[in-house]
This record gives sequence, C-alpha cells and structure tokens, in this order.
Amino acid sequence: MAVSLKVNGATRSVNAEPDTPLLYALRNDLELNAAKFGCGLSQCGACTVLVDGVPTRSCATPLSRVGQSEVITLEGLGTTAKLHPLQQAFIDEQAGQCGYCLNGMIMAAKALLDKNPRPTEAQVRDGLAGNLCRCGSHNRIVRAVLRAAQTNGRI
Amino acid sequence: MNASHLTRRDFTAGIGGIVLAFSLTPAALTQQAPRLPGSLQTNRMLSAWLAINADGTATVFTGKVELGQGILTALAQIAAEELDLPLSRVRIISGDTGRTPNEGQTAGSQSVENSGTALRLAGAEVRAILLDLAAKKFGVGADTLKVADGVITAADGRKVGYGDLAKEADLKREATGKVAPKPTAQHRIVGQSIPRVDLAAKVTGGAAFVQDLRLPGMVHGRVARPPQYGAQLESFDEAKVRAMPGVVALVRDGSFLAVAAEREEQAIKAVEALSASAKWKAGPALPDPARLYEQLKALPTQDTTISNKEAPLLASGAKVVEATYHRPYQAHAALGPSCAVAQLRDGQLTVWSHTQGVFPLRATMARALGMKPPSIRCIHMEGAGCYGHNGADDVALDAALIARATNGRPVRVQWMRAEEFMWEPYGPAMTMQAKGAVADGRIVDWNYDVWSQSHNMRPGDPDGINLLSSWYLADAKTPGPARQAGPPNYAGDRNAIPTYDLPRQRITHHLIKDNPLRTSALRTLGGYANVFAVESFMDELAAAAGVDPVAFRLAHVKDPREKAVIEAVAKAANWKPGEKGDGVRGRGIGYSRYKTVAAYNAVIVEVEVDRTSGRIKIPRAWTSVDAGLIISPDGLINQIEGGLIQSASWTLHEAVRFDRSGITSRDWASYPIMTMPDVPKVETVLLNRPNDRPLGAGEASQGPTVAAIANAFAAATGRRLRELPFDPARVKAALA
Ligand code: FES
Ligand code: FES
Repeated sequence: MAVSLKVNGATRSVNAEPDTPLLYALRNDLELNAAKFGCGLSQCGACTVLVDGVPTRSCATPLSRVGQSEVITLEGLGTTAKLHPLQQAFIDEQAGQCGYCLNGMIMAAKALLDKNPRPTEAQVRDGLAGNLCRCGSHNRIVRAVLRAAQTNGRI
Repeated sequence: MNASHLTRRDFTAGIGGIVLAFSLTPAALTQQAPRLPGSLQTNRMLSAWLAINADGTATVFTGKVELGQGILTALAQIAAEELDLPLSRVRIISGDTGRTPNEGQTAGSQSVENSGTALRLAGAEVRAILLDLAAKKFGVGADTLKVADGVITAADGRKVGYGDLAKEADLKREATGKVAPKPTAQHRIVGQSIPRVDLAAKVTGGAAFVQDLRLPGMVHGRVARPPQYGAQLESFDEAKVRAMPGVVALVRDGSFLAVAAEREEQAIKAVEALSASAKWKAGPALPDPARLYEQLKALPTQDTTISNKEAPLLASGAKVVEATYHRPYQAHAALGPSCAVAQLRDGQLTVWSHTQGVFPLRATMARALGMKPPSIRCIHMEGAGCYGHNGADDVALDAALIARATNGRPVRVQWMRAEEFMWEPYGPAMTMQAKGAVADGRIVDWNYDVWSQSHNMRPGDPDGINLLSSWYLADAKTPGPARQAGPPNYAGDRNAIPTYDLPRQRITHHLIKDNPLRTSALRTLGGYANVFAVESFMDELAAAAGVDPVAFRLAHVKDPREKAVIEAVAKAANWKPGEKGDGVRGRGIGYSRYKTVAAYNAVIVEVEVDRTSGRIKIPRAWTSVDAGLIISPDGLINQIEGGLIQSASWTLHEAVRFDRSGITSRDWASYPIMTMPDVPKVETVLLNRPNDRPLGAGEASQGPTVAAIANAFAAATGRRLRELPFDPARVKAALA
C-alpha cells in the first residue's frame, strides 16, 4: 500500500504497510543511511530523526503516526560539500570512534540547540542522556555540540 | 598449531616486534626464509602491500580492518610517510580475501605493530625501488635525487613522477626488510593528528557500514533462535509463515530456523510468527547465578603456572594479605546489532561482514557450509564498534545459510537486539585469588591464581567450528576446545603477571574447559579482570605496609618508562602523597603495561559515593600513556579516553544476567551501560617516545581504569569492592 511521507522537504511515496516503522521506510525505501537500527525498542537513540522538529525514535514510530508531518533526517541537515555546523563540529572534534551512534547524537543535539541555542555543558549531557554510545566518545560529542552552539551564535 | 612457536619476537628493524597471538591463521609460517618484521613475515611480497598507480597514487593493502579505532587512517599515515606521498594520494583497501594480505584477526592492539611495521618497511623499500628507476632514467646516482609529494627531482632539475614509473616498478618481489625507514626526526605525516578518513560519511549519512549495503534484488533474512542454549527444534507452523506477506524463503536445517522476505519489517514479522509457533526441547540448565563463581571453579581446568620465582621464604614479621576478586560475564553489546550480507551465485559465495578476520571467517564458513575456501570471498565492511569477537562472524554464516535458498538474491541479515544480547560470546566470568606479604614497605611474597573460561573461541580454530548456527544444523558442528594463548599475549591470564619487581612470585592460570555460557574475546581478554585484581591488591598491600599507593608502586617498578607514566599521572592529578578520602569522595590509581609488552598506562580517578542510593559517580579522571612512537596523537587520546569510559561502564554497571533457564539480559534495560551525564571528564597526558617502536594502545586503559575506581572507592569509604560490577546493591552491602 502506498504511503506518502514528507522527508527532508520532499514528498515521497513508499509501498509499505501503515504499521511499518518509519526507520525501515527511510533506510530501505528512501535509501537514507543515517538513521540506524540499534535496538528497535526506543532505548538507544541510534534511529533518531526529527518529526515536526521533535526528536523521534523512528524504530518505534509507525508510518501511520507520521502522516504528513515533516521528517528531517541527518541527510537533511547538510552534505559533505555543505556541512551543517553540527556536522562540521563533529568532524572538527573528531567526535566518534565507530560512529554508529552519531546520527542519533547529532539529531538529538539539533533538537536541543533549536530549543536552547546556548546550552551549558550539563544541559548538553542531559539532553543526550537517552542516546547511548558504546565507544566512549561521549566527551568529544559534548565538545562538538558546544562548539556548534558557538558557531551557530556567530552565523 | 602449537602456541610455543608463536611467541618469538623480533626487533631486527628496531620497530618490528612480531607479536603473534595464538594465531589461527591458516598461513604457514615460512620456516627457512629470513624472518621479516611485522606481518611481512607471513605476507612477504611487496605487491601484497602496495601498488603504485599510473595516476601517481598508491594503493595500500592491509589485512587489518577498521573497527572504529581509526586504524586505516593510522596505516595510511605510515605508508604515505615512507612513500613521500601526500595522504590524499594514498588509497587503502582492507580485509578482503580476494585482494589483501592475510593478517588473521584485527585484535589485541597489534595492528600498528604488525600491519604498520610491514607497511613502514614495504613503503621504504618501494620508495627505494622508484628512486633506483629514476636514477637509471636520469643516469645519476640514486643518492643525488630528492623526493617530495611523489615527484622525484634530479640535481639538474629533471623531474619524474611516481605515476610515470608505475609500469616499470616491479613490486612482485619478496620484501628484503633491509631498506631503513625514515628516521623519526624527518616525519611529517606520522605523529600528526590527521582527521579520520571515515568520519565525514558517518556524520552525513554516507554509506559507511555493512548495515548500509543495499544490493539489487536484496532480501532480508532473520533467524528464529532457540529460547536457550542447546534447545532443539521439534515443530513449527511452516504453512502459516510461508503464506505471510513478502516471505520468499523459509530455511529449516536441524534446529536452524530462518526466513527471508522482500522487506525488512516483513522478515521481522515472519520470524516473530516462526518463534511464536516453534516448539523446542529444552537445552541444559545454566549455572545458578547466586553460586556462579563457586560452580565455575568446580569445573575441570587445565592449570599452568605461568610464572614461578623462588626466593627464601617470608621475612619474619611480614604482614600477610589475602583477597579474592570476581568479574562477571560481560557483553560486547555493540550499539548496532551484528549484520552481514551474503550472495550465492554459480557456486560462488560472497559475504560482506564486519568480522575482525576475513580469512579465518572464510576458512571456518567453508567448513560449516561444506564448501572450498576459494569458492568464498569475504569482504570487510565496518559495523558498530565490536570490541572483540561478537556476533559479526555468526551473522555472516546466518546470511550464507539463508542465501542458499534465495536463488542468487543477496540476503541481508541484521540480528535483533535481544538476539545480540542472548547469543553473542561474552567476556568470561573470572575469579582472581591473591595472597601476598609485605615487610618494611616492600612486597616479599606474591601468589596469584586466576580461573577463567576460554577467551579464544573465534573462527579459525583448527579443531572446531566456532560459528553459532553451525551447532544447530542437522549435521551439527562442534565448537573448538577452550584455548589458552601463552606469552606474550596470554588470554585469561593476560596481565596476570605483574610488571613489578617482586622477589618471590607464583602465578597460575586455571583454564576452565567447559562453556556454561558462551564466551570468547572481549577487549583486553583477561587483562581487565587481572589488572583489577593485581592493582586492587597492590593497594591492599600498600595499606598493610602503610605506604602511599603511588609511592608504593614507584618503589616496585624497575622500568624507567613505567616510572615516568606513573609520575606523569600523579602530577596531572596533583596527587598528594598520603591523601585521604572523606567518606564520600576519594581518589585511586591503577597502572599496567598492557600485555606486559605493549603500551604503558596509568589512571587516577576521583569517585563520589552516594551512600544512600549506593551510586558511584566518577566526576574526573586523569590518565597518562606511553605508546612508544605516536602515530596520531589525537587518535591515541581517542582510544585511551574511549577505553577509560568503556571500562568505567563495565565497572559500575555491566553484568550479563541469566537464570537457570537462559539469558535474561535482552535489551538496554536489562544490560544497562553508562550514559552521557555520568561520563567522567578525562585529562590525558601523552608521553611520546619518538625513538621507540609504536606499541599497541587500543586496549591499554581498560585495566588501569577499573583498578583506579576500586581503589578510589576504598580511599573514599575505607571499604573495598572485590566483585564487579560496583552497582548500588554491592556498594550498599559494602557500606553496611
Ligand atoms: S533503534 Fe530506535 S531507539 Fe534504538
Ligand atoms: S562512536 Fe561507536 S557507538 Fe558511539
């Protein structure tokens, strides 16, 4: 059954049941790699996307619940040629080891900075508390978010 | 293969410690030919390592693989340095049985030592070959030529690029290992913090992981696992599942039950239906978790005294101290569950996998599937950071088993979260028992026993098939035996021999032959638990001797590099000799030289104990590291700090839960790990040793960190935690 979705500013149609988790439509139908399967249980944050600006676990969000909301994925923030300040900051801080968590970290950080453009370090840590990282890259990630917040302020 | 062959070390080039682990690689070591440093010994052709291309670029081939540790960036730096090429003109191909050298597993922090050493020498030799060709062309002496950025210039200004010499450069020859690499003082690329080559894709949604591989016609596979180890499939509702939407194949082979569907969510629904309808005959009961360590110690063991230093008996008046420490089963718990893609076409199987060793995986898959290794090609693609032998290899076999039923269509399998937690091989539960004595501020006796299941149950074992699903096939395969490794890498006994200068010591490893829970290699193998015990015990002895823990360690080290590392961390943390905790806060130190032959690392942490909730917080940590010549300072900091944080998570939170009927850690709620607000701030001091060979450092901080936390807790509260993890229940019990 065809379901229409608004993703990164474009209207897309996917052939899937309405109870399909958004994650699989993004990854397999729209070939967007960024959102990752980590648990499928809303526990790790690897699959985070923004739905109408709200950080959302796409693994546990059926297409039927997305409707015509605006979905923004990491691909929608920037590209290697034109990086979003958060993406640039993650590269500048070399924030990551395996990098599997980074999609969720950046998307959660984006939602945080949208609400609170100048967070304290403690606010960044709390804002990312629901995103797991196995590699111990946490401190670099926090530094990257704080760096992006500064850059944002200057733009 | 006998472990005792595999322990020779070679320093011919001053950089090339050959540190072969208990290596299960099929490649026979060449006995007659001269010994070459690093992995050149087993892959001797220059062309196995490097190609010079007509466009002036170089291609580097390595059997090592990227596991998130930044190794490919480090290896590219080494090759670019020796070749005098800019990093941007070096391309790297890794872990592909069709293209790269066989370097066994990427494990044990040995990639820079093995692959890096090979590339360093091969690069120097290839550069010399290119210089010779240019010298002939110009009719001048090679020593009159200069090279910069891949262009060779003669004294009279004539120039030739590497690309122009590519055709004539014959690299199909055995390396001599005789061309001296650049002296460190001339390094321009090695020693720099080069941005990781893989990160840009990872922050923009580029295809970076095997999870992102999408092949034409690809279907999605899932496995209906048994409810517990060893359960046998009796029946299931085949008709119902075959009729489900999108199902393209259903595979049942003995107790291996799997499905493939057009869409991923269809495969998941189908496998849920399979699992719901399947009836299983129960497998054997697991140990009683309440009596785990006793029961493990009672199992049959193979006992080896790995160090025995005799000296006159205890000085009279010595104080005797005894302590027993425990470490539970701990999971790799990769953030992304294991994944592989397999395609079987015309009898040729191609497998894309985040395995740590494409060659051992190929050899073992061939035996599991009844195929010949040349009919299988294994290609490495990255996965989520695995930190050892997790489900990566198992899922590759799963994909291959399903691919036999999909008529040439590629099959992608990603394990579900519960499947990853329940079926991965864990880091073994271990018991460490120490008895020592001090007199006049010095250790006069040291006895240490460690009990552990095997840490070496990887694919590649000659005597068994270490791939999960093969044990459930109708023609059931069996895993290899429990293995020990011997020096210098060791396994359950890794870092069981302290580097301290002790007059009397006896250290015994008890390898448990049985596998009540599935175990294999987890980052550091036994190193984490042994350093926990050894360094906790050092503090217990220091307390008995009435000496400050830092001073006590310094009094027992013999290697000046150890002393420097311990002093550096004490200075960074502003350690006050004799400093005391206040019931809530305290600081502690942990030190080890990883594997006793690799990087030196010391850690000091500060803990804050909430005596009501039993929670330990670690606000700050300081660490110092000597990893010889530093290839990438930032890469080294990332590894050391990442290891410290991961170790803090293992230490405060992690234990695989189970009951008699099976594993009950199935998600991040039943296997919690440290989260962002609790992660300590870390300050890292690097001690560069430009004239010493690079030492593996990827696992160095795991052990010192757990010990530092244990010692800080003791300093803070006057009570000692000897059983991991230090969760609120144990903390409260210790304070009661
Ligand atoms: S995959 Fe969605 S929260 Fe883990
Ligand atoms: S970098 Fe590997 S999970 Fe965060």
